[in-house]
Amino acid sequence: MRQISKNMTLFIYAAIIILPFSMVLFTTFKTTPELYKNPLGLPESWSFVNYKELFMKESMTTYFFNSVTVTLVSVACILLFASLIAYSVIRMPKKLGYLFFGFFVIGMMVPTQVNMIPIYLLINKLGLLNTLPGVIVVTIASLIPIAVFILTGFMKTLPGELIEAAKIDGANEWQTYLRIVMPLSLPSIATVTIFAFVIVWNDLLHPLLLLKSDGVKTLPIALLSFQGQYLTNYPMIFAGVIIASIPMICAYVFLQRYFIAGMTAGSIK
Amino acid sequence: MQSNNKAIKATGAKFAPSFSSKLEKRRKLQWNWSLFFFILPGFLIYSIFFAGPTISALYLSLTDWNGVANAYNFVGLANYKEMLTDSPTFIQSLGNNLKFTLTVLICQTILSLFFAMLLVKNTKVNVFYRALYFFPTIVASVSIAFVWTFMYDPNIGVINNLLSQLGLENIAKSWLGDRNIAIYSLAFVQFWAHTGQMLIIFIAGLHAIPKELYEAVSIEGASKWQTFRYITWPLLAPSATIVIAYTTIQSFKAFDLVIAMTGGGPSHSTEILSTFLYHEAFINFRFGYASAAAVIFMLIIAIVTIIQFKMLKSNEVNY
Repeated sequence: MRQISKNMTLFIYAAIIILPFSMVLFTTFKTTPELYKNPLGLPESWSFVNYKELFMKESMTTYFFNSVTVTLVSVACILLFASLIAYSVIRMPKKLGYLFFGFFVIGMMVPTQVNMIPIYLLINKLGLLNTLPGVIVVTIASLIPIAVFILTGFMKTLPGELIEAAKIDGANEWQTYLRIVMPLSLPSIATVTIFAFVIVWNDLLHPLLLLKSDGVKTLPIALLSFQGQYLTNYPMIFAGVIIASIPMICAYVFLQRYFIAGMTAGSIK
Repeated sequence: MQSNNKAIKATGAKFAPSFSSKLEKRRKLQWNWSLFFFILPGFLIYSIFFAGPTISALYLSLTDWNGVANAYNFVGLANYKEMLTDSPTFIQSLGNNLKFTLTVLICQTILSLFFAMLLVKNTKVNVFYRALYFFPTIVASVSIAFVWTFMYDPNIGVINNLLSQLGLENIAKSWLGDRNIAIYSLAFVQFWAHTGQMLIIFIAGLHAIPKELYEAVSIEGASKWQTFRYITWPLLAPSATIVIAYTTIQSFKAFDLVIAMTGGGPSHSTEILSTFLYHEAFINFRFGYASAAAVIFMLIIAIVTIIQFKMLKSNEVNY
C-alpha cells in the first residue's frame, strides 16, 4: 500500500514536469485557430508549417549560429583562463594565493544585474555594442569567479609531489600545467564546462543588454522579440522554443549524470 | 656495516636541509615570473569587464547621471534616501521580492526534501525520476516563461481548461493578470523549475549519513519520525543550509522569468528588485538611481552569502 502511494506521488510529480513541455511540443504542430478550438488535444494533422515559417521569415539560422558562436568561444575561454588562474593560485606561496583567489572569487557575490549599467556604458564606449565579441568578453568575465572557485578547489586536492616530480624531470610551468595538472583535473573541467555551457546558452541578460540589432541576436533574445512580434501566436513562439532547446536536450539525454553534477556543483557556492 | 649506515644517515642529515632549501629557492624563483603570465589574461578580462564595472556601479549610485548627458552631479546618498523614503515602486518591488522569495523558499525546500527522501536509494527507477525532475533546470528560463505563460493563459491556458473540465470553473482566473496572485503564479514557476536541482543536493547529503547510525537506532526501536527528527534532520543540516541559501539567492535574482512573463505588471504587482533597476536604468534613464538600487540588491545577496558561510561552519557535525 505504502509502495503504491509512493509510486503514485512520484508519477504525479513527473506528470507535472512533463505535461507543460509536451503541451508545447504538440502546440507547435497546430495552427492558431486550431489551438483556440482545441487547446488540450493532439494536433489534427502534424504540420511543420510553423517551423518552416520561422526559418523562412525569421533569420533563425543566424540566431542559432550566433548562439553557437557565443557559447563555444565563451566556454573555451572560461576554461582556459580559469584553469590557468587556478593552477597559478595553487602554485603560489599561500598568502599570495589566497589574495588572488579571494579577488576572483568575491565576484560570486555580485549578481549580474548589479554591474549591467557600467558594462553597457563600457561596451558602448569600446564600440562593441551589437557585436558578438562584446557579449563574449562580458560573459567570460562574469563566469570566471565560479570557474576559478570550482577548479582551484579541485586542483588543491592533487598531490603536490606530482608537480615536484615534473619539475625535477625538467618540465617548465606550461608543460606541467598542460601535461600533468590538466589531464588530472578532467572531472572538474567537465563540471565547469557543463555549468558554463548551460548558463551561457540560456543567458538572457547580457544579450538583452548588449545585442539590440537583428543580425546579432542569440536565441533567447530572439525568442523574447518573437513574443512581442507574434503576440499570442503560441504555435510560432513555441516552435522557436523547441529549436532553441534541442541542442541542450540532446546533450542532456546522453550526459545527464554530468549535467546534474555540473549544475549542482555550480549551486553549492 | 652498521657504522657505514650511520655515516650515510649523518651525511644525509647534514645535506638534507641545504638540499631542500635549495629546492625551495628554485621553486620560488620559478613561480614568480612565469605564473603571473598565467593569471594575466583572466585577470585583465575579469578586472575590466566585471570587477571594474562593479566598483563604478558603487560610484554611479552617488550621482544623478541620466546615462546620456555629459555632465552629472555628485549627489551623495540622495539616491538611497529617495529610494528608501520616497519611492513607492521600490518599496513595492522589495515587498514583492520578499513574497516571491519566501514562497519559493518554503515550497522548494519542503518539496525537494520530500522527494529526496523518496528517491534516496540508487535504484534504476529512482535515477530516472531524479533526471526527469532535474530536467527543467537546464531549460532556458525564457523558454520556461513562455511555457507557463501559455499554461496560465485565461482563455486557452491548460490550467483553466483542466479546471473547467473538472467542474471547478469558479477557481479559474487570469493567473498573471490578477494583481493579487500574479507574483505567486511566478513563484510557482520558479520552484517548479528548480526543485529538482535542490533535491540532488539533499540526496548527496542523505548519502553522506553513515548507515550504522540507522542500524543502531532501529535496534533501539526508534520510530520513523524519531529517526528523522534525531538522526536525519540534524545530520542533514549542512545540506539544508546550502539549499536554503542557494534558493534564497537564486530566487532573489530571478529576472528572466519576470521580464518574459509579466514585465513587472500588472501595475508593478510583479516588479522585483532586478526588474525595477532594469526599468529605471533602461526605460527611465536614471542610471544613478538604478545603480543605488543595484547596490542595495548586492548588499542583500552578500548578507545571505555570509550568513550561509557562517551557518555552514557552525553546522559541521561530528559523528
